[in-house]
Amino acid sequence: MSDKDTVEVAARTPEVQQPYKELGLTEDEYQKVRDILGRRPTAAELALYSVMWSEHCSYKSSKVHLRNLAPNADQARYLLAGIGANAGVVDIGQGYAVTFKIESHNHPSFVEPHQGAATGIGGIVRDILAMGARPVAVMDAIRFGPADAHDTARVLPGVVSGISFYGNCLGLPNIGGELAFDPCYSGNPLVNALCVGLMRHDDLKSAVATGTGNKVVLFGSRTGPDGVGGASVLASATFGGAEPGSTAGGAEAGSAAGDDGGRAAKRPSVQVGDPFMEKLLVECCLELFAADVIEGIQDLGAAGVACATTELSAGGDGGMFVDMDAIPLRDPNLTPAEILMSESQERMMAVVRPEHVDAFMAICGKWDVEATVIGEVTGDGLLTMTWRGRTVVQIPPRTAADGPVYQRPLARPDNLDALRASSPDSLARPADGPGLRETLLKLLGSPGLADKRWVTQQYDSLVRGNTVLAMPEDGGLVRVAEETGLGVALATDGNGRYCTLDPYQGTQLALAEAYRNVAMTGAVPVAVTNCLNFGSPEDPAVMWQLAEAVRGLADGCKHLGIPVTGGNVSLYNQTGSTAIQPTPVIGVLGVHDDVRQRLAAGFTADGAEVVLLGRTSPEFGGSAWAGVIHQHLGGLPPAADLDAERQLAILVTAAASAGVLASAHDLSDGGLAIALAEACLYGGRGCAVALRGDSFTALFSESAARALVSVVPGREREFAALAEEHGVPATVLGVTTGDTLTVEGIFQVPLTELERVWTATLPAIFG
Amino acid sequence: MRIGVVTFPGSLDDTDAARAVRYAGAEPVRLWHADRDLRGVDAVILPGGFSYGDYLRCGAIARFSPVMGELVPAAQAGLPVLGICNGFQILCEAHLLPGALTRNAGLRFIHADVRLTVLNTGTAWTARFAAGQEITVPVKNGEGAFVADEATLDELEQSGRVVVRYSGGAPNGSVRDIAGICNAEGNVVGLMPHPEHAIDPLTGPSDEGLPFFTSAVTAFAGAQL
Repeated sequence: MSDKDTVEVAARTPEVQQPYKELGLTEDEYQKVRDILGRRPTAAELALYSVMWSEHCSYKSSKVHLRNLAPNADQARYLLAGIGANAGVVDIGQGYAVTFKIESHNHPSFVEPHQGAATGIGGIVRDILAMGARPVAVMDAIRFGPADAHDTARVLPGVVSGISFYGNCLGLPNIGGELAFDPCYSGNPLVNALCVGLMRHDDLKSAVATGTGNKVVLFGSRTGPDGVGGASVLASATFGGAEPGSTAGGAEAGSAAGDDGGRAAKRPSVQVGDPFMEKLLVECCLELFAADVIEGIQDLGAAGVACATTELSAGGDGGMFVDMDAIPLRDPNLTPAEILMSESQERMMAVVRPEHVDAFMAICGKWDVEATVIGEVTGDGLLTMTWRGRTVVQIPPRTAADGPVYQRPLARPDNLDALRASSPDSLARPADGPGLRETLLKLLGSPGLADKRWVTQQYDSLVRGNTVLAMPEDGGLVRVAEETGLGVALATDGNGRYCTLDPYQGTQLALAEAYRNVAMTGAVPVAVTNCLNFGSPEDPAVMWQLAEAVRGLADGCKHLGIPVTGGNVSLYNQTGSTAIQPTPVIGVLGVHDDVRQRLAAGFTADGAEVVLLGRTSPEFGGSAWAGVIHQHLGGLPPAADLDAERQLAILVTAAASAGVLASAHDLSDGGLAIALAEACLYGGRGCAVALRGDSFTALFSESAARALVSVVPGREREFAALAEEHGVPATVLGVTTGDTLTVEGIFQVPLTELERVWTATLPAIFG
Repeated sequence: MRIGVVTFPGSLDDTDAARAVRYAGAEPVRLWHADRDLRGVDAVILPGGFSYGDYLRCGAIARFSPVMGELVPAAQAGLPVLGICNGFQILCEAHLLPGALTRNAGLRFIHADVRLTVLNTGTAWTARFAAGQEITVPVKNGEGAFVADEATLDELEQSGRVVVRYSGGAPNGSVRDIAGICNAEGNVVGLMPHPEHAIDPLTGPSDEGLPFFTSAVTAFAGAQL
C-alpha cells in the first residue's frame, strides 16, 4: 500500500486513516502536518515527519530551555562554530581546532546492549566526521542498575563489549569516562558516548545543500531494515515496566509491555554496527575533504535519509530532489517509508558539484565505499522524492527540520521538600579509627568506586599513539601536535544523586567536577558539551528538573566564562511512571600547552609533600558515604563554588607548567579518603598524613573545589607561594612514603590490602 | 634506511608503526594493500588493526591482498619483515610463520601492559636487546592466543625461534606463554604485543619497545658497510 501512496493519491483521498499514533505523533501534530501540506501526508511523508518531529530529533520539549545555553561574547571567544551545527568547533591555537560532542544511546542499549552501545560510538564519530574533523578519541559515560542486579549481568557486559568492539575496531582510543551504578538505572541504563575530532581551521565543513544542480550523493553502507523508527518509537518513548501501557509521546506502538517491558518487540528498532565500514568511511571522508570535492556533508544517524535530506535542504537556499529508486538497498522489499526511517549505520550524504563527481567516486572506489548519486539540489524550495517514477514526498523541508516547540508544564517535585528535610546528619557515623578504616574499605570496594579495569581493559586507549593520559586518570589527555606538545584534555562527569536533591546545584557540581578534572592534567578548560538524561517531559516534575539543570549549566558556564558548544537531550528515560534520577552528564574540553608537563593522579615516589587544596565543610547530602553505607539520599548536595573552582584550576595549571607538582587528583565521590587511596593505588606508593578537625568530615565530606596534590621535593615553598597568590587554601597533610596508607593516630592500611579490596569487586560480579 | 608500513583496509596502528620507524632514525614508507609494489624498501612492517574487519578470520583475507603477493617472496628471499598483532596474524595466515592466533582465553578483548622476556637476539628485529632482557610493552587484542601442534612448538623452542615470551604468564592463553616467534632465517618476526606503543614513556608504558626498530636500522647499516 505505502509505495503506491503518492502525493497525488494523498490529495485525492483525505479520508484515509493513517497510523500516526503508532509512529509516535500526537493528534495535534498530525493535524499540523495536514495543515502544512494542505492535504493528508503520504505514507512516506508521515514517516518523515514522525521521525523528524520525534523528541529525539526535534528537541521539542527541551528547546525552549536550551536557548539559555547560547554563549555570550565572552564565552564565544574561541568558537569557530557553535550550537546548531552537528558539533561546536573550538579554536585551540597553532592553527588547530577541535570539535567534540557527547550523545546518548540509552534506549537501544537497554533493548540490545552490544549493538546499542556499539552504534552509539558509531553515531557520535560520524557527527564529528561531518564537521570536517578527524575523530581522534572517544569516551564513554555509562550507568547501570545495581552491579549485582540480575539484569545488570546482561546489560553491562553487553554494553562494554559493544563499545570495545566498535571503538577498538574503528581505531579510536578510549581515553576515559564514567561507570556508575544506581537502582534508578535498573530499567533504563545510560550509555553516553563522547567523541573528539581534530582539524585545521580552514577544514570546517557545513551541513547545507546549496547550488542548484549540485549532486546529492549517498555513500557508505546500503540501507536496510534495521533501526526503523529508532528515533521515534524507541528513543522518544518510555519502556513499559510494572505498569502496562505506559503513556509516553503517544508512542504505544512498540511498548506492548510484555514481561520484558516491550524490549523484544523493540529489538528491530536497534541498528547493527559495522566498525570496519565506519573506518573505511572515516578515511574516505578525510580524503574527500582533503581533495576539496564536497560542498556540504551530513552524517546519517537518527532518522536516516529523512533527517539528512531535510536538514541538508533546510540548511541550504534551494530545495532537493531525490530519486529513491537510486538508493542502494540491502533488502529490495523496503517501502519508501522504511527507507526514510531506516537507521542503518555507516552512511553519509554529501552535496557535490557535478564536475567533482568523478573525483568523488574515484576516492570512494579506492576505499571500497559504495557511493551513489541519488538526487540533486533544486531551486524550488521543496524536498521532493520519487519512487517507482511517482512523487511520494513533496514538502517544504524547513517544516520538517524545525519541528514543533512545546512549553511543557513544570512543577517542583512533590517529594523534594521531604527529601531535602531527610538530612544525612542523623545517620550513624564511625566513631573511632577502626570504624573509619572500615568505612574507607567499604567505600573503596563498592562497585561505583572500585577498580574499573574489568571494563577499561577491554578498551584500546593507545591506538594512534597520542594518548598521554587515560583512565583511571582524572581526565583523558591526547597530544595534538608532536612538535609543540599541544594537546587537549577531556573529562565527563554527572551525579544523579546530587541532581535529585537539587538539579540546579547538582548540574553545576557536575560541570565543576569535569572542569576540575581537566585542570588536574594541567590543561586550561575552554569548552563544554552536555548530555541531558531525564525522564518523561510529559511529567511536570521531570520538566522542572530539566529546566533547573539547564539553568544551572547556563549560569555555571557564564560564570566560568566557557561556552556550551553542543549537546544532546535524552528524554523518556524511565520505567513505567518512575523516572531515572535527573542525570546531566557534562563534558569539559581543555587545552594543554605542553603535554610533556602533564600531571597524573598517582603518588609515584617517596618524599613528596602531600597537600590538600580547598576548603572542607561537613557536606554529606547525596554523598557516596550516605549512599553506600546507609542507602540514604537526602538533604542538600555540597555547595558549588565556581570562583573557588576557577582559582583551583588556575593554580594547578600554573603549578603544572612551572613543574612544581608531582601529582594532582581531584576530590569527589568519597572525599579525601578515596582520593588518598586512589593516589596510593594508581602510583603504587603509600603516604603518611595527619588530619585536623573532625576526622570523619576530613575523610568523607564531598565539599567541591578540592584537590589532592603532591609537590616535587625541594619546590614546597614555591608551591605554597603560588597557592597563596591564587587564594587557594593549601593544607599540608604529610608526605608520600612506603607501602602503607597511614592516617596518623587513626588507622593504617597496607597498599596490598587496599589493592585487594579495590580490585576484587567487579571481577567477582562479572567474571 | 627506508622501512615500509603496509596499510590494509582496517589497519589501525599503521601511523604508530611509522612513528616508531621515525623514532628509530629510519624513513617510513607507506605501502598500500592494493599495490603490487614494495617501493624498494629495505624492510617491511605489517601493523596492528583489523584488516578487512577480520570478519572471516584474523588476517585470512589480508594474506591474499596484492601487496602480499610481492611481500611473501621478498620475505622468503631475506627481506626483514615484522608483524605486530594483526600483522603477526597475517604472517601466520600467509605461512611465513607457523601456528595460528585464536580467541583469547576469557573471550574478551584485553588491553594491558605486559612483561616480556626477549629470548632470541639473533633476529633482524631484536639484535639491539640483551638476551634474557625483560621489557614492558602493551598488549591489546581479542584473538591473541598463539597455538600450534606440539611438534611445531618443540621445534620452535629447540631452534630458538621463540623470540619473546610473556614473563608473568600470557594474559590471552598463548601456549607456552609464547608472545612472538620468527622464521628459521630470523628475518621474519611476528608478535602479539605492540612495541610501537612503547617508544616513549609519554604515550606508552615505557620506551622498551624501541629496540625492535633500532635493531633493523643497525642491521641494515651493518649490511651496507
